[in-house]
Amino acid sequence: MKKLLLSLAVLSTASLFVGAANLNLQQILNGDPLALEILFSSRLPRLLAILLAGAGLSIAGLVMQQISLNRFAAPSTTGTIECAMLGYVISLVFFGEFSQLWLVFSSAIIGTLGFIYLIQRIPFKNVVFVPLIGIVFGNVVEAITTFIAYKYDVLQSLNTWTVANFSHILRGDFELLFIAVPMVLLTYVFATWISAAAMGKEFAINLGLNYQQILILGVLLVAIMSASVVMIVGQLPFLGLVVPNLVSLYYGDNLKRNIPLTAIYGALLVLCCDLISRLIIFPYDMPIAIVMSILAGGVFIILLLRDRTYA
Amino acid sequence: MIQVNQLSKCYQGKKVVDGAQAQFERGKVTAIIGPNGAGKSTLLAMAARLTSRDSGNVIIDGKEIAQWNTGQLAKRLAVLRQANSFAMRFTVQELVAFGRFPYSKGRLTDRDNQVIHSALAYLDLVELKDKYLDELSGGQRQMAFIAMVLAQDTDYVYLDEPLNNLDIKHSLQIMQVIQKMAHEMQKAVVIVIHDINFASCYCDTILALKHGKVVASGAVDEVIQGPVLSSIYETPFEILTVKGKRICSYMV
Repeated sequence: MKKLLLSLAVLSTASLFVGAANLNLQQILNGDPLALEILFSSRLPRLLAILLAGAGLSIAGLVMQQISLNRFAAPSTTGTIECAMLGYVISLVFFGEFSQLWLVFSSAIIGTLGFIYLIQRIPFKNVVFVPLIGIVFGNVVEAITTFIAYKYDVLQSLNTWTVANFSHILRGDFELLFIAVPMVLLTYVFATWISAAAMGKEFAINLGLNYQQILILGVLLVAIMSASVVMIVGQLPFLGLVVPNLVSLYYGDNLKRNIPLTAIYGALLVLCCDLISRLIIFPYDMPIAIVMSILAGGVFIILLLRDRTYA
Repeated sequence: MIQVNQLSKCYQGKKVVDGAQAQFERGKVTAIIGPNGAGKSTLLAMAARLTSRDSGNVIIDGKEIAQWNTGQLAKRLAVLRQANSFAMRFTVQELVAFGRFPYSKGRLTDRDNQVIHSALAYLDLVELKDKYLDELSGGQRQMAFIAMVLAQDTDYVYLDEPLNNLDIKHSLQIMQVIQKMAHEMQKAVVIVIHDINFASCYCDTILALKHGKVVASGAVDEVIQGPVLSSIYETPFEILTVKGKRICSYMV
């Protein structure tokens, strides 16, 4: 844990000093106004956005896996992200300038809840079958979203959403991501409730729990965390899928212990991918989604091929 | 005491359980037997609030099951169904700790840790406590789930096919634990079981179901009888007495 935090601190510092504009410690200590401006309006917001998005989306994946009783369920494989985007397009079309946060959140919540009830009705719950349905469901919602976007000519605003990028993050437009903090704390407080539900409905009822309430709580957490990330940053492929699975592989599924670990590993992974995407064609930024797809996607395939009994 | 009155349930127009009448007393092991599809598991699930019923009632310590606060009931009644999911990787100790949830809501006290430890010791699992469930054999895993039920510290325990897929050694071990839970700890233990010889040798009372109806119930001597069993299972039965126990022979 100490090593993890240390590497997070080192990489975070590195992240502050990487970029097109030159910035070094000397300038900051001397109080150079230009350097401070760069630090506080661009570099620091970017770093915070990376940490919050990485932690938030990984925790969202962790909770989704618990409430859907499936290893390969994540906001990206259960339609949550697509539903958030549908909400965004609807708000663009009906309310003009984007400001209807509640529409994005409620659309993500309703979509995720719908998916959870859908998979409860499936009699056999194959590990791969559940996320497969989620992906199909997500694609259907995405098709509807694209249709609306075409019809009302808002396709371009939608495209900025689909590919994650931290390069446009400035002070004043990432603060919504702080919503991840209370959400993660809430997940921690209800960790035992959520893990009991992850053992199945009858298991939870035996322990005197209200299973439906836990599901709804879990859906709220997942939908709010992942919708806020996709709104500010865009889609971070495989993050919610890979990080919780790797953590569970090495540490088991004790949710209380895994929450801080998942948050830190998630933040670390995004931080690394962001650094790579900033350095690979320096001084230009490559969208982080590209680096992540390759890196995290590769890990995901390895996870799938690995141990069949584990999957 | 748990009293089941006229319990019925229809599923897709078919009566799965039909006016079942039963009584589960503390200090006794009750076996629910019967052919496949007789409604044994459904009866148990209804008597544990896991499944809804169409009519009838279940009285637990003088109070109808629906009147019970579900969190309070979890301190009186523990139920273990077959086929628990292994989507999650927990260690034996983490699983057993779930049994304390009704008391401590996830924040374990010293007393909880004591109860968890003695449950592990009772099932001889202390050495395995840090192993993950998916690393255990089927028998060890079943023992771990029973330890969890034990940690729940309830007067009533329902186990749905606790011997499913277990070898003889583990089956015997589990039946001995079940017997001790009833006779030494004064719990009412109710098990759904297919092997009637285990039911005959280790249980005190037997409830036999067929087509959702209770067709026989009472002490072992009353139910383990050739003609009774032959009509339940539609198979010729012969009852032998070995070392004072009634053993059923049904091989032709």
